Amino acid sequence: MNATRRGILTAVPIIGAGVLGVGFWRMLSDMRSGAFDPRAVKNPNVGKPIPSFAMPGLPGLGDGFTDAELKAQHRPVLVNFFASWCIPCVAEMPGLRAISRNMPIWGIAYEDKPENASAFIQRDGSPYARVASDRHGRVAIDWGVTGVPESFLVAPGGRIIWHGSAALDPQIYEAEIRPRLAGL
Amino acid sequence: MFGPEQGHFALALACVLALVQFAVPLWGANRRDARLVGLAPYLAVSQLIALGYSFLCLVMCAVSDDFSVQNVAANSAVSKPLLYKITGVWGNHEGSVLLWTLILAICGGAVSLFGRNLPDILRGRVLAILGGVSAGFQMFCLLTSDPFDRVFPAPMDGQGMNPLLQDPGLAFHPPILYTGYVGFAVPFAFAVAALIEGRVDAAWGRWVRPWAVAAWCFLTCGIALGSWWSYYVLGWGGYWFWDPVENASLIPWLTGTALVHSAIVVEKREGLKIWTVLLAIATFSFSLSGTFLVRSGILNSVHAFANDPARGVFILALLAIVIGGSLALFAWRAPSLTSTGLFSPISREGSLVLNNILLCSICAVVVTGTMYPPFMQLLAGRTISVGKPFFDAATIPLTLPLLLAMGVGTALPWKRAQLARTFSHLYAAAGIAAIGLVLCFWKLSGVLPIACGALAIWVIAASASDVLRRIGMGHTSAQGVWERMKHLPRSSWGAALAHIGAGITVLGLCGMSQAQHAIVEVHIGETRSLAGDDWTLLDVHDYIGPNYKAMQADIAIRHNGKLVTILHPEKRDFTTQSQTTTEVAIHTNFITDLYGVVGDRHGKGKNTTYVLRLHRNPLAPWMWLGGLVMAIGGAFSLSDRRMRIGAPKRAAARNMARA
Repeated sequence: MNATRRGILTAVPIIGAGVLGVGFWRMLSDMRSGAFDPRAVKNPNVGKPIPSFAMPGLPGLGDGFTDAELKAQHRPVLVNFFASWCIPCVAEMPGLRAISRNMPIWGIAYEDKPENASAFIQRDGSPYARVASDRHGRVAIDWGVTGVPESFLVAPGGRIIWHGSAALDPQIYEAEIRPRLAGL
Repeated sequence: MFGPEQGHFALALACVLALVQFAVPLWGANRRDARLVGLAPYLAVSQLIALGYSFLCLVMCAVSDDFSVQNVAANSAVSKPLLYKITGVWGNHEGSVLLWTLILAICGGAVSLFGRNLPDILRGRVLAILGGVSAGFQMFCLLTSDPFDRVFPAPMDGQGMNPLLQDPGLAFHPPILYTGYVGFAVPFAFAVAALIEGRVDAAWGRWVRPWAVAAWCFLTCGIALGSWWSYYVLGWGGYWFWDPVENASLIPWLTGTALVHSAIVVEKREGLKIWTVLLAIATFSFSLSGTFLVRSGILNSVHAFANDPARGVFILALLAIVIGGSLALFAWRAPSLTSTGLFSPISREGSLVLNNILLCSICAVVVTGTMYPPFMQLLAGRTISVGKPFFDAATIPLTLPLLLAMGVGTALPWKRAQLARTFSHLYAAAGIAAIGLVLCFWKLSGVLPIACGALAIWVIAASASDVLRRIGMGHTSAQGVWERMKHLPRSSWGAALAHIGAGITVLGLCGMSQAQHAIVEVHIGETRSLAGDDWTLLDVHDYIGPNYKAMQADIAIRHNGKLVTILHPEKRDFTTQSQTTTEVAIHTNFITDLYGVVGDRHGKGKNTTYVLRLHRNPLAPWMWLGGLVMAIGGAFSLSDRRMRIGAPKRAAARNMARA
C-alpha cells in the first residue's frame, strides 16, 4: 500500500466524523429554533379531508358539531383536542385564548366527563367558538390523535393542512399557522 | 467541611489541575525535560484527590438533606432511604457528569500508580491526554451543569426521586457502565500518545491491552446489568429494545471487543497497528458521543434525560475538539506507522482480522440503525423509526460467521496453520455441536434461532476442548495435567471463559426468542393455561407501603396439577410523584423464568376482573449469566502475569536505550 492511499484511508474517519458532527450541529440549532423536533409525531391525515363524525356538545356550551358543519365553514378553523385531566392543556389555555382573537378554534374534549370538561373550559373564559365531546375517544382515533393536546388546521372544505402535537402558544401560531392561512 | 461551596471550589481546583496536567507533561515531553514529564503522575493524583473531595461534598449534601442545593432539592427528599440518597447523587444529569469526570480522574490515578513500568515520556503523554479530556468535561460540569447550584429560598423538602430508579440494580448500573465507558479513555490516550510519538510496537500493544480489557469487563457488566434491570423492573417482559441509549452502550462494546482482539495481533505479530490505533480512538469516541448525545435530546429515547440544546452545543464543541483533534492527528501521523507482520489468511491473526471485520460490520449496522431516524428527519423531513425487525435481520446474519470463527480461531496457531491439523483438534467439538443442532431442532423453531443455538453450543464446546487439549487431557497422566493446568497462561483460561460466556449469552437469546406470553383478564379463582402451565389467580389484596399504595396478586402456577410456585406481582401507586410502577414477580429455575405482572382492576364487587400478563421465558437468566462469565474471563486474563510484569519492563528498558 503506498503512502497516498494510506493517507486517503486514514483521512476517511475524520471525514465521517465531520459529516456526523455537522449533522448533529444542524439538529441542535434547529431544535433551538423549533424546526427540528425528534419527538414530533407525524400525522398521516395531513393533506387529507377530515374524517366523518358527529359529536354531542358539552353541558351549557351548546350543541356539538359534525364533519359537515366543519366542511361548510368559509374560514379556516383550528381544531383542538383537549382534556380537563391533561396538564399541558391547562397550560395551553391562555395561548389558545390569544390565538382565538385571530381565528376560530373548535374544541373537542377527549375522553373526558362532559361536566368536568365544561367546567374546565369555562373557568377562565372559553377560547372555543364551538365545543364537542368525544367521550370515548372514537373520533380522536379517526383523526390519528396520539395524545392531548393536539391541534389541526382545517381549510374551508374540510382538508387538514397542518397538525401540531404540542401545546399551542402565540409563537407557534405566528411561526406555523399564520403563514399557512395566507395561502388560503 | 463538606459543604456545597467547598465542593464547588474543589471542582474548580480539579479543573485547573487537569489543565496543568494537560499542558506541562506535553511541553516537557517536547523539550525532553524529564522533570516536567515526571510531574504528570503527581498532578493526576492531586486532581483525583480534589475531584474525589468535590464528589464527597455532593454526597454529603444529599445525605444531610441540604435543599439549598438545587440538584438535591430536585432529586431527593427527606423520606428517601439513605442508600438512595447516596445513589441518587448520580441518578441525575449534573451528578452523573461529576461521577463521569471522577471516574476519568480515577483512571488517571490508576495509570500513575500501575503504569510505573511504562517509559516516562509515554506515561507523561498518556496522563496529559487524560488530563485534557478531564479538563474539558470538568469545564462542562462547571459552566453548564453545575451540581452545586444553590436555590434561594431553600425549599423545606425535596421533590423526590423517580420511583423506577429506586432499585438496587439501577443504583449500581451507572457507575459500572460509566467505568466501562470512561475506561476506554486510557487506550484512547495511549493511541494519541503513540501518534504523537510516531511509534507503535509490540510493547505498546502489551501496555494498552490490560486497560482495554478492564474497561471492556466493566462495560460488559454494565450492559448486562442494565438489560437485567429493564427485564425485572420495567415489567414489559423484554430485555433489549434497540433503544438509542441501549445502542449507545452496545456500539463502543462492539468496537471495544474488536480492540481487545486486535491489540493481541499488535502484541504478538506487530501487525494491525494503524487499525488498532483507530479502534482505540473510535471506541472512546463512541463512548463519548453515546453518553452525551443522548442528553442533548437529538436521539429520541425512552430514557428521559433533562434535554437542553444549549448544553448540547457545548458538548458538541467538546466532542469536536476531542474526537476531531484525535482523528486529525490520526490522519496526519498514522500513514507513517509501518507494519512488519506478514499475514496468512489461515492463522490466528487471520481469524482475528475476520473477528474485527465482523464486529465492525455489526457496529456499522447498529450505528446506521440508530442514526438513520434523526438524519432522515433532518434531510428529508420524514419521521421514521428503525426497530427490532431491522436490527435482528441485519445483525444476526453477521453474528453467525462470528460464532463459527470464534470456535476455530483459538485452535489456530500463529503465522501459518494447517487446516487439516486444526480440524483434527475440533472433531469432538463439532460432534457436540451436531448433537446440539439436533437438540435445537427439537426445542427451537425458526431457522435463525436454530442456527444460532447450534453455533453457540459449538463455541462453548470448541473453547472447552481447546483448553482441555492444551492441558493434555487424555494424553498425559493426572499429574501432568495438573502441572500443565498450572502453567497454562491465565490469558488462555480467560479467553476460553469469555468465549464460553458469549456462547451462554447467545443460547439465552435463542431461548428468549421462543418466549411465550398472554395478556388475560380473569376473575379471582379463574385459571388460564400458557405453554403447559396452569396459572390461577388466587387472591388480590391491597396494602399501604412506606410511600406508596400497592395492589398485590397471588398467582399459583401448576404444572400437570403439581404446584410449581406462587407469584406475588404488585402494582404500586406512588402518591407524591403520581406515578405507578409494576413489581414483576419472577420464578426461575435457571432454565425457564415464569414472569407475572398484575395490571388494571376492572368492575366492582363480584364482577371485578384483573388484567394479568403472563410470560414464560426459556433460558432468560443465561443472557446475563453469560455476560458475567465474559467479564470474569476478562478479569482472568487481566491477572495474567505477562500483562503486568516481565516483558513490558524489558521492552521499556530496550526502548529507553534506543531513545
